[in-house]
Amino acid sequence: MRRFHGFAGLAGLALATFMAVTGFVLSLQPLLDAVTTAPVGDAPSVAELAGLVAEQVPGVERLARSASGQLVAYAFDGTARSADIVDPTTGGVIGTYAPSAFFTFFTELHRSLFLDWAGHGAAGIASLGILALSLSGIGLLVRKMGGWRQLLARVRGTGPQRLHTSLARAAVIALLLTAATGTYMSAAYFELVASSDSAFSFPPAGEGAVPAPIASLEGLASLPLSELRELVFPAADDASDVFSVTTATGQGYIDQATGAFLSFTPNSIWQQVYEFIYLLHTGQGAPLLAALLGLGALAVPTLAATGAAIWWLRRRAMPRIAHNQPPREADTVILVGSESGSTWGFAADLHKALSAAGHRVHIAAMNELRPAYPRASRLFVLAATYGDGAAPASARQFLGRLKALASRPAFAVLGFGDRSFPQFCAYASQVEAALAAHGLRPLLPICGIDRQSSADFAAWGRSVSEAIGAELTLTHIPPRPRTTSFVLDERTLYGVEVQAPVALLRFAVPKRRSGLPAWLGGHDHRQFEAGDLVGILPPGTDIPRYYSIASSSREGLMEICVRKQAGGLCSEFLHGLAPGDAIEAFIRPNPDFRPERSRRPLILIGAGAGIAPLAGFVRSNRRRPIHLFFGARDPGSDFLYRDEFQEALAEGRLTSLTTAFSRVLGGGYVQDRLLDEAGALRDLVRSGAQIMVCGGRDMANGVREAIDACLMPLGLSVQDLKREGLYLEDAY
Amino acid sequence: MKKLAAMLMLATALVAPGVAVARDVTIEAQMVRYSGHAAYLAVYLTDPSGAYRSTLWVSGHKTKYYGTLRGWVRGVSQAGSISLDGISGASVGGGQTLTVHADLADALIDAGYTIHVDTAVENGGEFADDAVIEVTSNSASVDGSGYIDKLSISM
Repeated sequence: MRRFHGFAGLAGLALATFMAVTGFVLSLQPLLDAVTTAPVGDAPSVAELAGLVAEQVPGVERLARSASGQLVAYAFDGTARSADIVDPTTGGVIGTYAPSAFFTFFTELHRSLFLDWAGHGAAGIASLGILALSLSGIGLLVRKMGGWRQLLARVRGTGPQRLHTSLARAAVIALLLTAATGTYMSAAYFELVASSDSAFSFPPAGEGAVPAPIASLEGLASLPLSELRELVFPAADDASDVFSVTTATGQGYIDQATGAFLSFTPNSIWQQVYEFIYLLHTGQGAPLLAALLGLGALAVPTLAATGAAIWWLRRRAMPRIAHNQPPREADTVILVGSESGSTWGFAADLHKALSAAGHRVHIAAMNELRPAYPRASRLFVLAATYGDGAAPASARQFLGRLKALASRPAFAVLGFGDRSFPQFCAYASQVEAALAAHGLRPLLPICGIDRQSSADFAAWGRSVSEAIGAELTLTHIPPRPRTTSFVLDERTLYGVEVQAPVALLRFAVPKRRSGLPAWLGGHDHRQFEAGDLVGILPPGTDIPRYYSIASSSREGLMEICVRKQAGGLCSEFLHGLAPGDAIEAFIRPNPDFRPERSRRPLILIGAGAGIAPLAGFVRSNRRRPIHLFFGARDPGSDFLYRDEFQEALAEGRLTSLTTAFSRVLGGGYVQDRLLDEAGALRDLVRSGAQIMVCGGRDMANGVREAIDACLMPLGLSVQDLKREGLYLEDAY
Repeated sequence: MKKLAAMLMLATALVAPGVAVARDVTIEAQMVRYSGHAAYLAVYLTDPSGAYRSTLWVSGHKTKYYGTLRGWVRGVSQAGSISLDGISGASVGGGQTLTVHADLADALIDAGYTIHVDTAVENGGEFADDAVIEVTSNSASVDGSGYIDKLSISM
């Protein structure tokens, strides 16, 4: 489905965008009509009105009423033809009718591109394309979000992914409606559906008696004006000619002497269907619908651009594999289940290392599992997880194909995921269980890589080395953005007295701009928000360490808190910095860890150096009540941001500050304070509060348990809040 | 400019049985240049009293639009039914010329008979008697008032 969605999307991009833009322009017409058409007061009956018009418009031949209620009288006075807008109450001429050349042009452009049937065909294909994209997009979204119920949950992912998903979610109903109705109208044009044409019959001749006054004609008097579509007057010099009337429900003829209906042909069911679909597609006479459809159409160019960007970024992330062995020759097989393409980078590194060690290695997507690998003695499966534990794109068919596998190589499964998701490496676990059930012998127990960690991958490489008895060095670093130099401006040290040194470092933001624009998935190193990550490369290493940023680039500085870890290469390097020293670093946006835009309360829970991004949120807060829980060791030593928080409390940017210090008498952990404040927390959650947690993994787990305990009486859990995007974690 | 030519075989009393008493009349309707859908046209003959006598040609295939050719429809309905077999063809776009050939009996020529052309365009205008020209032995032409730029007759 993803492949179809991507391919059809790219192929039809230009056409769909064209149809959407012209469609948007046309959606303005009903809105304009609604504004310019005079509201109908106490309208007379069709008979009265026709009489009034006949008196005031000499030589009137027909009276047409548009969907917006506008009445136009067409006349021929013997020398000149005229078309006038008439007042529905008085029948008097209001002005000359001139159809808008602008909308006429766009209507034709939208319907047929001025290419007659070929253009109609292209328009039909575009409709069908948008319909297929909307449906496959919904399918993808359901899978990505982990089910129908989560369809409206918070979107995760990169900039273009989030924009694409959010926009599509808002516009999809309108797009489905436009595309489905457009497709039907095209099918009707090519006569692929039952004909909606009214059957034509020549009008019957009237009695030819002396015509009665128009206002007295019963057939016309019985007709409400709102039902009228068109009224054709009989020829002036022909007593046997008849009134021809088209209404919302059919078409008939009325004798001009007796006023009786000579015949009436009701619309066929297919004609009614077509008219309804025409109304849904054009919104003519229904300005609200037109506005909805217009807004939906307006989303299409952006959806096309972001869709193309996602496709291109995914494609770019695929590495080229050198010396890939055919499956029959290989002694080692690597299968890759990747969603975004990032897993391929790790797999390529494994392929390179194994090849260098003298193995004949075949690498392929998991979907390309063969029935047999005659020479293979080892199988490595590297699998990401998609959404709520589903197979990633390149592995969807794997479990089905596994049933046919005849070979029995020893296997090792490596999962890729994010520990902050509940289903960490869930799909990889499924694969491991299925391989074991199929009778394959495990070479290594399953292992998980958290957030593309190079360190996790290198560690797994060492286990593989031991298991296969060959020296492998796995050093894959996910394709990293180019680094920029940040110069240290200021350094403050905390926590030395309590054996937990934390350095608060402030770097100047560099002046130079680089990379792709943000909406195409690139990012500017000068632009970041509190909560984004900075990847820092200590000298002599290629493996970045990530720190949460406490400041926003608008402040002109990049601020982080670094806890010194014994033997930690990067933290020791950073602690050793003096003002004026430079580091090599890059910004990694972390859009999933940001407070939502709202006025509802925000609960921030942090411990130690994990307070950094939370302090940033408090600093930029203007209107939300923020309740901050902070855990440290000793208020006299490692109370980071103490003065800043006091100031924020005084200024109202912070509503409450609750601290927990573990090294003082009667102290405790931040979890304990949460349990103390359970009642207050419940009230906050009930009023829609969002919770954000930052700190070490143990602390995050402890906080989760504490919050679960607090929420129990509400029948809620952290899991429920996470689904709504109301519980965000940044744990390390 | 695309020429639409059509041969007309009228099996009515209007057409003389022998070549000697009938003339081949050529009617050309030159359309104005306009954008939009191709036009529906009805070309028909009326007698000196103005009564409808016969249909020479109808352009356009979807019968649901025939009702918009008012003058013609009125004439046909008073005369009774009509068969369009062999005297209908494609609708005519802006700037094109419709050419109709008809064998008319000598008795109809220079005798006050007139040829009427009604035109109509989907989502556009409707013109009964867009152009009207008398059937004369001399070539003649008149200007149209709607989608027809010029209507001419020759034999």
